[in-house]
Amino acid sequence: MKQDRRDFLKVAGLAAIAGIGAPSAFNTLLKGEATASEHGAAAEAGHGEAIAAPTGKRWGMVIDVRKFVANPDLPAKCVEACHSIHNVPNFGNPKDEIKWIWPDKFEAVFPDESHYKRHEALHAMPIMTLCNHCDKPPCVRACPTQATFKMKDGVVAMDYHRCIGCRFCMAACPYGARSFNWRDPRGKDENGNPFIKTVNPKFPTRMRGVVEKCNFCVERLAIGQIPACVEATGTTGAMVFGDLNDQNSEVSKVLSANFTIQRKPSLGTYPSLFYII
Amino acid sequence: MYGKGRIIPALLIFLGLMTFPLWYNAGFAHQAPKPEKPAEYKECVRPTQEMRTSHMVMLNQWRDDILREGGARKGVTANGTEYVRSLQNGCMHCHANKKKFCDTCHTYTAVKPYCWDCHLEPKEAN
Amino acid sequence: MIEKALKGGRGYWAWIIFLLAIMGMGGMFYVQQYNYGLGITGMSRDVTWGVYISQFTFLVGVAAGGLMLVLPYYIHHYKDFGRITILGEFMAIAAVIMCLMFILADLGQPIRALNVLLHPTPHSMLFWDMIVLNGYLFLNVVCGWAVLHAEYKGVKYAKWVKYLIYLSIPWAVSIHTVTAFLYCGLPGRHFWLTAILAPRFLASAFAAGPSLLLLVALIMEKTTKFRVGQVAKDKLVTIIGYAALLNFFFVGCEFFVAYYSQIPGHMHTLDYLFWGLTHDGHTYNNLVPFMRASMILGLGAIPLIFIARARQSTGLLALSCIILFVALWIDKGLGLVLGGFVPSMMEGVTEYYPSVQELGITAAVWATGFFVLTLLYKIAIEVKLEQEG
Repeated sequence: MKQDRRDFLKVAGLAAIAGIGAPSAFNTLLKGEATASEHGAAAEAGHGEAIAAPTGKRWGMVIDVRKFVANPDLPAKCVEACHSIHNVPNFGNPKDEIKWIWPDKFEAVFPDESHYKRHEALHAMPIMTLCNHCDKPPCVRACPTQATFKMKDGVVAMDYHRCIGCRFCMAACPYGARSFNWRDPRGKDENGNPFIKTVNPKFPTRMRGVVEKCNFCVERLAIGQIPACVEATGTTGAMVFGDLNDQNSEVSKVLSANFTIQRKPSLGTYPSLFYII
Repeated sequence: MYGKGRIIPALLIFLGLMTFPLWYNAGFAHQAPKPEKPAEYKECVRPTQEMRTSHMVMLNQWRDDILREGGARKGVTANGTEYVRSLQNGCMHCHANKKKFCDTCHTYTAVKPYCWDCHLEPKEAN
Repeated sequence: MIEKALKGGRGYWAWIIFLLAIMGMGGMFYVQQYNYGLGITGMSRDVTWGVYISQFTFLVGVAAGGLMLVLPYYIHHYKDFGRITILGEFMAIAAVIMCLMFILADLGQPIRALNVLLHPTPHSMLFWDMIVLNGYLFLNVVCGWAVLHAEYKGVKYAKWVKYLIYLSIPWAVSIHTVTAFLYCGLPGRHFWLTAILAPRFLASAFAAGPSLLLLVALIMEKTTKFRVGQVAKDKLVTIIGYAALLNFFFVGCEFFVAYYSQIPGHMHTLDYLFWGLTHDGHTYNNLVPFMRASMILGLGAIPLIFIARARQSTGLLALSCIILFVALWIDKGLGLVLGGFVPSMMEGVTEYYPSVQELGITAAVWATGFFVLTLLYKIAIEVKLEQEG
């Protein structure tokens, strides 16, 4: 190559990089405010409210397992309420399973608790398990695109538009609360039955290749309703939902009147879910 | 010219292939899409021309605002009409027929938005 | 220089076509996976990372192993490695390309992969992994090509190349450290939550990478006129041996911590991997034969490789490289990643078996890596043979 052609190519290459890089650099700087604010909000909510003084809403829930034991049809009602309004598919096999809320055994939900010489009834108790909406969520820390993020009111939310399906959040979650769409949720099984039995036209489905989990019914909270699972428990008081930062809310009163336990507290995730056993 | 017998026919074939879109679609450009507007609703959330150029920008703004910032789920137009800031529950509330409205332009411009992989069209719930 | 890869004997082209065939087959399987979804693999709600991510984790180590040639030559001026640093750099390129392909194959929404760039997230280790992997690829491509091209021209390489090579040395350490940080920062999974994970990764990387390189060097001695040199080969044995010893020492440390403390969370995964885990009346032990084989092969390869060097036996040397590489591949590939998911976060056990499509795609990515490696090595040794006359 003659020297001047070499120089020309070098200059052309640098100019091309500058031409492509400059507008995107500008965009990032301008958008930087937007990204910083959502980032800032997530960071604040993550660090501020664990032990410090209450600032703003912090949604939380107390699950009274005794009431679930007393009403054996309640767990299924809660699951049905949640999965039906959120178009959660049922693939019919544990490999592809997607579940936002489900009843599980005490040993599975609280592995950090002692299981030695416990009373027999404990083993049969249905413990409602769902996303804990942690104050310091490891899944949010792990997500490379901020597709899962913490909102100002404490809800750990999912942006299905941005999720790349890397499943790092699923590896990070200490509670196994997340599910992945291994297949198209709008498909049908071998018998032609759709995976989503009855579609709720007011709420979207998800697409294959994204992670999903309980969203604390943000779409219901936005219009002043309580989460569907809580509503399904009716007047039993099996689930009490409310603002943990409000000392006068029902959930705060229940918390101060009862001994509650949380899942894997030694991990420092500060969940928003409390259990009365 | 060296290799005239091979080069000139090859050049002609190349030009033909490269200009394929021009002469294959000749005469059809006037068949512009005619999206059918809903009869009962007279006002959209933004002016028509603005919607034509940037409805995706608006939808993305709604999404980021509502999903990430917990923003308002309802909006008000300049004339005071309330609307739901949502694709599935807002836009499709008025533009209830996706085929006659959304698809006409999208098919013409060969755009396949993946919105519908998740968001449900009205009535056609599956 | 690229034209050097287009000239070769019968054996060369047969190997290339064989690799292309595997790549094509894997491509077809990938189309299946793209249309159906990742459910076509053996992964499940409990075991969310399988063969793809485990191969990626292992290959990051192999890529970092190239450092073991660059560091002695460029920093410590160990002349005998001078002719073969390019082989280390080119092997790193092939390995990083495989890593990136495995990550893309594993994504649920691969066309959104650029979201990681569009929405930078400094608190996510996957974001940093993307940066360091692509950076390392860039460094090795630029440095390797610049140095080789200068040699091809018969001149000394430009001054700026040296600074990039110096940068690639800590960068190689960073790629594997960041990959280790993917695992060892997650609070829920006690098998991964150990400070020694990053050092262990590096130790097994510095054993696996050079042993693959030594193996390829021995193959090249049989198939081409290129000779790596006895001194270089002997030094590689030293590096491989010590790195492997360190790796198994670290494994021993893990065993001690788990079994002396008797803490169930620490023991359960090792139980599953090496002895079988009994849960709910069922014993889960599908990985036990592999893990035990990995330990035996790995520990056996260490004295074997030193004996091979003492006896100057090429056959024994090749064998010890192969079994060490396989042992480390099982340990890091199968054991580490799959072990982290057993027991699950709900204390259940779900075993994992890769599907045909999954294995086909995995084979195709490995074939792509070897394809890139073959092409690059062909160019390198043709240039070197030409220059050395």
